Amino acid sequence: MKITLNNRPENFDADSLSVSRIMEIKSFHFKMLVVRLNDTLIKRDDYETTEVRDGDDLKIIHLVSGG
Amino acid sequence: MPTFNQIKAILSQKTVGIAGAGGLGSNCAVSLIRSGVGKLIVADYDRVSPENLNRQFYFRKQSGMKKVDALRENLHKICPGCLLQMHDTWVTKENIDLLFSVCDVVVEAFDEAEQKSMLIEYMLTNLPDIPLVAASGMAGFGRTELIKIVQSGNLYVCGDEESEISEENPPLAPRVSIVANMQADIVLQLLLKDAF
Repeated sequence: MKITLNNRPENFDADSLSVSRIMEIKSFHFKMLVVRLNDTLIKRDDYETTEVRDGDDLKIIHLVSGG
Repeated sequence: MPTFNQIKAILSQKTVGIAGAGGLGSNCAVSLIRSGVGKLIVADYDRVSPENLNRQFYFRKQSGMKKVDALRENLHKICPGCLLQMHDTWVTKENIDLLFSVCDVVVEAFDEAEQKSMLIEYMLTNLPDIPLVAASGMAGFGRTELIKIVQSGNLYVCGDEESEISEENPPLAPRVSIVANMQADIVLQLLLKDAF
């Protein structure tokens, strides 16, 4: 499938993948994240069960302390 | 391009919420007031300390004051007529609606990632029609070309998403102010987008 991950095209060798699997593959390891799938908020409890499919727009934003 | 008077005429009718009055919030507030935003609603529970002065818009003699009181004083020196609703409170899920539901745009200006996450999740879920301008990653110095804006629907996140503050990577005025002013600039864009 082809998706857009953080505004860049990405290819994965699967028809669909969970949000948490994509995080593993792409090594998103920060503790605090904001995840938006097609501009919908995906909460932490739903990372395992939310499937990303061909054409989806996924944004994984790191939140780090400071301000 | 509109004139500054035309811009001010639009902005004077607008209300912006700012969650946090530290390095991001105090500097963002100054730019918004200078630009002519009519009303700010600011919430912070903290007091000014001398260590804040390396990046926050306060003065040494304000040490010990509530940040919201010190910021009111400073903003009124720039614009005596601006409307400021200052709340000396810790922002929680229980008071976000009460504080910010009347705002045209809200700025996330917290220090801790957990607080940032709490506000972002709450706003996107419960106040999805109010644009939220957040910040993540501005500690240290240099690498300023890595600072960017990520947009997803009504959420904007400014910063490099990686420079976390620590003893060895302290927040410093230039990068903190850059990000605070990027946030202020996005706010202006959002407030003016239908006008011109």
